[in-house]
Amino acid sequence: MVPLNYYLVLSAVLFAIGTAGVFVRRNLITILLSIEIMLNAVNLTFVAFGRALGAADGQIIVFFVMTVAAAEAAVGLAIVISLFRHRESLNPDRFTALKW
Amino acid sequence: MTSLLLAQIALTLFVFFMLLNSAAVMVYVERKVAALLQQRLGPYLVGPKGMLQPLADVIKLMFKEELRPRAADALLFALAPIISASCAFAAFSVVPFGADTTLGGLLPEGLRLQVADVNVAILVVFAIASMSVYGIVLAGWSSNSKYSLLGGLRSSAQMISYELSYGLALAGVLVVGNSLSLTDIVNRQAGAWFGVVPKWFIIYQPVGFVIYLISGIAETNRAPFDFPEAEQELVAGYHTEYSSMSFAMFFLAEYINMVTVSAVATDLFLGGWHGPLLPESLGWIWFLLKVAAILFFYVWMRWTLPRYRYDQLMRFGWKVLLPLGVVNLLVTAAAVLYLGL
Amino acid sequence: MVFYLFAAVAVIASLLVIAQRNPIYSVLLLIASFGALSGLYVLLDAPFVAVIQIIVYAGAIMVLFLFVVMLLNAPHEDTDYDERAHPLMRPGARRFGAVLAAVLIVELVWALTRHGESGVFAGGSVSSVSAIGRLLFTDYAFPFEVTSVLILVAMVGAVVLARREH
Repeated sequence: MVPLNYYLVLSAVLFAIGTAGVFVRRNLITILLSIEIMLNAVNLTFVAFGRALGAADGQIIVFFVMTVAAAEAAVGLAIVISLFRHRESLNPDRFTALKW
Repeated sequence: MTSLLLAQIALTLFVFFMLLNSAAVMVYVERKVAALLQQRLGPYLVGPKGMLQPLADVIKLMFKEELRPRAADALLFALAPIISASCAFAAFSVVPFGADTTLGGLLPEGLRLQVADVNVAILVVFAIASMSVYGIVLAGWSSNSKYSLLGGLRSSAQMISYELSYGLALAGVLVVGNSLSLTDIVNRQAGAWFGVVPKWFIIYQPVGFVIYLISGIAETNRAPFDFPEAEQELVAGYHTEYSSMSFAMFFLAEYINMVTVSAVATDLFLGGWHGPLLPESLGWIWFLLKVAAILFFYVWMRWTLPRYRYDQLMRFGWKVLLPLGVVNLLVTAAAVLYLGL
Repeated sequence: MVFYLFAAVAVIASLLVIAQRNPIYSVLLLIASFGALSGLYVLLDAPFVAVIQIIVYAGAIMVLFLFVVMLLNAPHEDTDYDERAHPLMRPGARRFGAVLAAVLIVELVWALTRHGESGVFAGGSVSSVSAIGRLLFTDYAFPFEVTSVLILVAMVGAVVLARREH
């Protein structure tokens, strides 16, 4: 049985990869994918701790996180679609209308 | 312990081989039944009564030239049939098809006739069914042709729409059967009332059975829900640009998906391998008979009913089947609670 | 041993997700990463979460992403600098972001491992679906109902936002 720390480290690495993706990539869809990576890293942490503490609460929180992620992906992609229709580009740097 | 391990490996290979054979048999059955329904002869030249026709088909497909359009995305074009075929085989791996058997005393303990015994088997079937959407959507996209793209998108939209009612029918069985494990559900259907009426879940869940079967037919893209691969409208839909073995893999995936849907329907609603007259260890014969009956129903539907138009298909899935599934679940839950089923 | 395999697949797939130019490959690699995570959940005695991960994330959310990528048909990002350079080598904010992520990893790994191998899986496993269901409908009943309203709101919002203005 692999110790708990290994799961936490893996989750931290995945979270950092997701964060790097949000900063580095200039494509709205890839940014949303990086957010999904971050959410999954957090799910892994929850399940690992739930197992370590012997409670099913970790899995239930994961259930809710997944539902929220699904809702967020749906609405986020709808926004991306309407932005694309407006500006024909998926690069967030192009949407500068609110800059001072 | 090692004899059990060897038996398990042999069982896996046996199931794989049998699925391939079942696809070949389905090819023949489909063409023969279609012919008889249309009052013609069907295959009759190759082998006795045309029974070697699938062999001839396989040989022909193997020798055809493998084509790929120049503008197609090579990696995805090659990956799509692999995903379809793998998911089709993987879905059958959690379906039990017989009682525990010791192979006539050769094994120390009973070998479950199920490749992988997981206790969330229903959900695994559902999960792998939802993964098989990717094979189709990638085939449609990577072929880089109008017919393929339209066929692929329509087909995958249809599949994910009917997955909802599929899941609701499964939820109805879950409420009655109290377990996610297919083996437990089958064992709950053993025995009979008054020695005559078997305790199958189709009696508890008649509407659920109908919903499950219709959703299964729509999931496997079979008539009357096969608009996305209709010859008259879309050439061949998502597998237009595929030839030779890649096409054979899609073909294979479709037939094995049919077999899996029938096998799961048998396990969930028709009592699996339980039946009168035969001992438990020969239960797989009953299983085969029930699956064969449902497969015959599949083929019969295809050659009898006209095809649904795509918007009628989607309307039916969302506005008729989904509310029906929800109401079925509600009524089932109420019945279990108040009547103590 | 199996843990290392799944962990390696998850990390490498995630790295490739953010490094790919073509968003379709990113989506497919993310599905591979989710598959590896599902395997890790099975190792953590959570088969229900593992299967739900495949059904919801890999089977539904990623299909949605794939549809949107195909609908928008934007094969690569159009940027004002040389786009043949790898995303992590580009000047300005991108490199800063990559450096920041590296700092984050180092920090987190240091913080998580300084107590040695203290994380022992002492608790027993609660893997039965009925236990989860019982908790879900008793202690977490209110979040459960709120989640259903949330999904309704998201559905209505997605339909309204993506509608064509006439």
